[in-house]
Amino acid sequence: MIDLHALSFRYRQDWVLDDLSFQIERGEFVGIIGPNGSGKSTLLKTLCRLLSPQKGEILLDRVPLTEMSQREIAKKIAVVPQETYSLFPFRVIEMVLMGRSPYLGSLLFEGPKDLEIAQRAMAWTEILPISERFIDELSGGERKRVFIARALAQEPEVILLDEPTANLDIHHQVDFLHLILSLNREQGLTILMASHDLNIASDYCDRLILLKEGRIYKIGSPREVITREHIEAVYGCSVWVDDHPISGMPRITLLKKGTPLHET
Amino acid sequence: MRILTLKKVIAVSLLLTLFLGWVILISVMVGSVRVDPRQSLSILLRYVLSLKPTEHEMEETIILSLRLPRALLAGLVGAGLSVSGTIFQALLRNPLADPYILGVSSGSAVGAIIALLLGLSAYSFGLPLASFAGALITIALVFYFGRQGGRVHPNILLLAGVITGSFLSAIIMFFLSISQKEELHTIIFWLMGDFSFANPRSLIIILPYFGVGFSMLYWKSRQLNLILSGEENALQLGVEVERLKILSYLCASLITAASVSLCGLIGFVGLIIPHAARLLFGPDHRLLLPASALIGASFLIACDSLARTILAPVELPVGVITAAFGGPFFIYLLRRRKVVKTL
Repeated sequence: MIDLHALSFRYRQDWVLDDLSFQIERGEFVGIIGPNGSGKSTLLKTLCRLLSPQKGEILLDRVPLTEMSQREIAKKIAVVPQETYSLFPFRVIEMVLMGRSPYLGSLLFEGPKDLEIAQRAMAWTEILPISERFIDELSGGERKRVFIARALAQEPEVILLDEPTANLDIHHQVDFLHLILSLNREQGLTILMASHDLNIASDYCDRLILLKEGRIYKIGSPREVITREHIEAVYGCSVWVDDHPISGMPRITLLKKGTPLHET
Repeated sequence: MRILTLKKVIAVSLLLTLFLGWVILISVMVGSVRVDPRQSLSILLRYVLSLKPTEHEMEETIILSLRLPRALLAGLVGAGLSVSGTIFQALLRNPLADPYILGVSSGSAVGAIIALLLGLSAYSFGLPLASFAGALITIALVFYFGRQGGRVHPNILLLAGVITGSFLSAIIMFFLSISQKEELHTIIFWLMGDFSFANPRSLIIILPYFGVGFSMLYWKSRQLNLILSGEENALQLGVEVERLKILSYLCASLITAASVSLCGLIGFVGLIIPHAARLLFGPDHRLLLPASALIGASFLIACDSLARTILAPVELPVGVITAAFGGPFFIYLLRRRKVVKTL
C-alpha cells in the first residue's frame, strides 16, 4: 500500500527525516512513536505531500506520490488534524461535507450522493445529533469526531492521525480509539498514528515504528519494539516495562528519576 | 439536513437584487430636483425596456444621464470593494483585512497625485489611468516581496503590503506638502473617495475587471472555504493552495485597483460589508460572495445619495459618509455579537 524508499527531508540544515525505508500493508494499524523532534509529524506530513522530501520517494499503490495530483492523493489519504480552528466558524455538517472536496473538483455544490456519504460518516462517528452546531461550540472530543467524519467523507484508504488523543480525557481517549480501531477492523482502513502515549500505541497498533533523530530505531510488533532497552535508549529516561494484566501487551510505567530497579 | 444549494444562493441573490433595485430607485429620485417615485420608476422601466421616452424631458435627462450612471458606478465600486475585502480576509486569514491593506490604495493614490501635479485634469481619463498604473506597480511589488521560495505566506504578504503601503503614504505626504493650494483640495477630495470625478464611461472601464474578477473568484468559492481553516487543511483536501492564493490575490487586487482609480479611496466598505454579510449569511463563500457584492452595492449607493443630499448644494466626499455610518455600525455589530469568535 505505502512504500518508503530512502526518504530524507530537511527544513534548512539538519535532516529531520534521515534515510527512512519501510512498507505498510493494506489494512494495517501502524503506530509511529519517538521523542519530541524525532520526526513523527514530519513523516506524516511527507505522506500527504504537505512537505516534499529532498531525497527518496514514497509510493502509494506503486505510484510515486510526486506523480499524483493533490486531489488524487486526497481521495486515498485523509488526515485527521491535531487541532484546527477556522477563522469564521462553520457548522458541523458543512465541515464534514468539505471532505467531499476532492471528488467535486471545480463543481461548486455538493449533490445528494455527497450528502448521503457525509451523513453515513456522521452516523458512524455518532455526531448526527450535533450536525447543525457550530464547530467552535463543541468540546474537544466532539470536534475530534467531526474531523474523523470529514476524513471518512473523503472515502480514503489510509487515515493519518497526529497525536489524536492529546487534549482528550481518558473517557474520550477510549471512545476515540475504539472508533479508530473499528474503522480499521470493520472498514479495512489503513491507519497511521503518531502518538506520544506508548501504552496506547502498544495496545492498539499491529506494528510500531520507533523513531530516533529522524531514523528508524526499531520497527516491528509492539512486543519487539517496546522493551526497556529500546525505550531507555531512545527517550533517555528510565522506565519499567511489564505485560498488561488484561491485554497482555507490553506496558510502560514511568519511573521517578533515581528510582532503584529490582528485577522481579 | 440544511445544506447550501444553488437554489438558496439564487433565492438570496434575487432578494438582495430587489433590495438593490429599491435603493437605486430612491437614489435617482433624490437630489436638487426631486422626482416622484412613480415617475422615476416609469423612466427607469422605459429605459430598461427600451421603450420610447416620456414627455418629462428634464427629469429623464437628470435621471438617465446623471443619477443613474452615478448610482450604477457607486454600486459596482461598492460590490467590488466588498468582494475584494471578503477575499483578503480569507486569503490573509485576518478579520481586519480590507481591500487597501496590501497597499494597492496608496500606490493608486501616488499615481493619481502625480497625474494631478503634472496638470492633468481630475475629470480626464489621464487620472484613472495613472492611478491604475500606480496600483498595478504596487500589486506586482507586493507580490514579489511577499513570495518566498515559490510560496505565498499570508503573514509575509501582509507585512510586505503594509510596509509598501506606508512607504507610499510617505510619498503621498511629501507630494501633499509641496503641492499648491488648489491642487491640494482636489487631492484631498480624491483621497477621501469621491464619485463626482466619475463619468458614465467609467462604468465601461470598471465592468470587465469586476465581471472577470468576480467570476474567477466565484469559480473558486468552495475552495476558499477550505482555506479558512488553514492552508495545510485545504491542501489535505486536494486544493492546489498556491494557485488558489495567487489567483485570489490577483483578482481581488485588480478589482480594488479598478475601483480606486475611478473614485479614490472609499474607506470602510471593504472592511465592514464582508463582516455584516457573514453575520447575516454565514462564512460560506458560495453564498457570501454574491451577498457581500449586493449588500456592498446597496450600501455605497445609499451613502453616495446621502453625500449628495445631506448638505446640498454642497456635495460631501462619499468616504466621509461611509466612515460616519460604517464606523458606529461596525462597533454596534462588534458589541452585539462577536464578529470573529477567535478574537
